[in-house]
Amino acid sequence: MKADVNPKPVARSGPVVANGDVLLAVSNVSLSFGGVKAIRDVSLDIRKGEIRAIIGPNGAGKTSMLNVINGFYHPQQGTISFKGRERRAMRPYIAASQGIARTFQNVALFKGMSTLDNIMTGRTLKMRKGIIQQALYWGLSQREEIQHRRVVEEIIDFLEIQHIRKTPVGKLPYGLQKRVELGRALATEPELLLLDEPMAGMNLEEKQDMSRFILTVRDAFNTTIALIEHDIGVVMDLSDRVVVLDYGRKIADGTPAEVQANQAVIDAYLGIPH
Amino acid sequence: MLYREAGQFKTTYAADMAVFPIRQDRIALALLVAVAFIAVPFMAEAQVWPFRTDYMVRAILIPFLILSLAAVGVNILIGYCGQISLGSGAFMAIGAYSAYKFATGVHIPLAWLGTAISIPPLPGLISIPLGGLMAALVGILFGIPSLRIKGLYLAVATLAAQFFFDWVFIRVKWFVNYNSSGSVSAPDMYLGPIHINTPVERYLLCLSAVVIFATLAKNLVRGNIGRQWMAIRDMDIAAELMGIRPLYAKLSAFAVSSFIVGVAGALFAFMYLGAWEPLAFDINRSFQLLFMVIIGGLGSILGCFLGAAFILILPIMLDQIPHAVGIPVSVETVSHLVFIVTGGLICYLLIVEPRGFARLWGIAKEKLRLWPFPY
Ligand SMILES: Nc1ncnc2c1ncn2[C@@H]1O[C@H](COP(=O)(O)OP(=O)(O)OP(=O)(O)O)[C@@H](O)[C@H]1O
Ligand SMILES: [Mg+2]
Repeated sequence: MKADVNPKPVARSGPVVANGDVLLAVSNVSLSFGGVKAIRDVSLDIRKGEIRAIIGPNGAGKTSMLNVINGFYHPQQGTISFKGRERRAMRPYIAASQGIARTFQNVALFKGMSTLDNIMTGRTLKMRKGIIQQALYWGLSQREEIQHRRVVEEIIDFLEIQHIRKTPVGKLPYGLQKRVELGRALATEPELLLLDEPMAGMNLEEKQDMSRFILTVRDAFNTTIALIEHDIGVVMDLSDRVVVLDYGRKIADGTPAEVQANQAVIDAYLGIPH
Repeated sequence: MLYREAGQFKTTYAADMAVFPIRQDRIALALLVAVAFIAVPFMAEAQVWPFRTDYMVRAILIPFLILSLAAVGVNILIGYCGQISLGSGAFMAIGAYSAYKFATGVHIPLAWLGTAISIPPLPGLISIPLGGLMAALVGILFGIPSLRIKGLYLAVATLAAQFFFDWVFIRVKWFVNYNSSGSVSAPDMYLGPIHINTPVERYLLCLSAVVIFATLAKNLVRGNIGRQWMAIRDMDIAAELMGIRPLYAKLSAFAVSSFIVGVAGALFAFMYLGAWEPLAFDINRSFQLLFMVIIGGLGSILGCFLGAAFILILPIMLDQIPHAVGIPVSVETVSHLVFIVTGGLICYLLIVEPRGFARLWGIAKEKLRLWPFPY
């Protein structure tokens, strides 16, 4: 992907690892569904340009945390501050317009639409032409479509999915669907990209491809990434910092090596009762 | 062999994004438009087969065009945006009665203000789009529940709208200019100095309207707003995350859909029925449009035309074919047969090919492109 995928000349200084500025801070968030406490008083931060892994056993509250961050779930307590702006709850499309994009644990593509159209939806927020102009099409609206099609084609090239451009995504194998979903999120040019188990159910080669894409996205655009992943090998290789959740609580936070050596983490993964 | 795209390279995104990217399709469409605009009127004037009488134009082509247009409107809402509606007939009625009011002059006394809203009678060609606009406004209003409710519940809400407007147009005599019979007749239509009166003139007006609005609709569904509608249909949660506002996407679908259905309703009343009663736009009309869309293909503009053709031609075929082969079939049996065939086909399509005739047509074209290879 060439650098002009992001037309805004934002000051992005190439491959840097977490330069220290906090992009997103979650403070003392608690979330429960009736009796189920999905998140209990968790605080964590994500720094600009880092790959931040969120790990934990099944049901630990990882997906719920992403849902809180992008406004799907509204926590009962705590605040989220993104780019310095603090809030408790917001609509997902507002989170999107502020630069948060994500992929889903169970692929959530638009099944009836082609790969191209799916990724084009990521450009919605950047398209300005009104409904009348779109109906008349020829002229202004067509020019806008072409301009965004260019950007999308670059994403398609980057993800190596040219051959399935016009295929309805419902017909694609799982691994490719995950890739299209990443493309759709990238099309929004996010500042913070939330990936919920992007490699689940993939074979080794597909995992390697996906890891390569994730690293390139971070390195080429300095996009901040929060990554949920069960494959500990992948987590250790990709991430700069890891936070570990268990039963909705944060039990560890630090570099991959620190976390790996942490006794509470080992206990949680071995299922030691507490 | 004729249907090949070899040698046709797309060198620009504009060419790749064209509605008909394959040259043979463009030629076929140009021919079809030429036949519709030139050959049909000439043949009808010359009264050659199959235009011996004006039956073909008056009773088949005109309703086919208008109901195809209505089906385009319905398909935008149901097929593209995934919002089920059983109230399409009511929106045709709103278009028809509003156009009628605009064409005959609107007078709303506001006694408590000591004044009145008065609009002089407007020309038919202005009244018809205004009828569409009124339908769009009401459509937005009735679209608001869709922000909260989905599927069956929304279908029931739109059904309620259908019965409500049936009632309004029967009971509120203001809409029929206090005509005691409750039926109204369309005012004369003029295009500048030309009085649009004969079946061929009416046909040409309907054809123009259909070509214009179907083109605009096609542009919408292939553009940004169309992708928003389909995204809401396929996965509304993910759509919101891409920055699509459900409020805007759904209400714009209701507005555009109701506008087109309203225009079709006004055309149906003015150009086909001539004189009509609320019964013309009852729940049966809603179902007829729904069946057209399902049979033709949800989420396809072409499908609207295929579905409308099928629903209108089926009864005629079932009536004519047995006669032609010498089996007398009573009128009653024909109408029963129509129900059986339509019902069976809908069940079959919903199970086997939910994207209808349009999809089957697409598959046939794919096969033709690859012919003689079987895959
Ligand atoms: N919408 C919801 N309604 C009720 N309970 C929920 C909801 N979403 C999550 N939960 C509950 O919250 C807890 C945390 O779920 P979450 O999906 O966040 O776990 P996770 O860490 O992503 O697990 P996994 O690794 O299986 O994806 C679980 O007990 C789950 O049942
Ligand atoms: Mg999860």
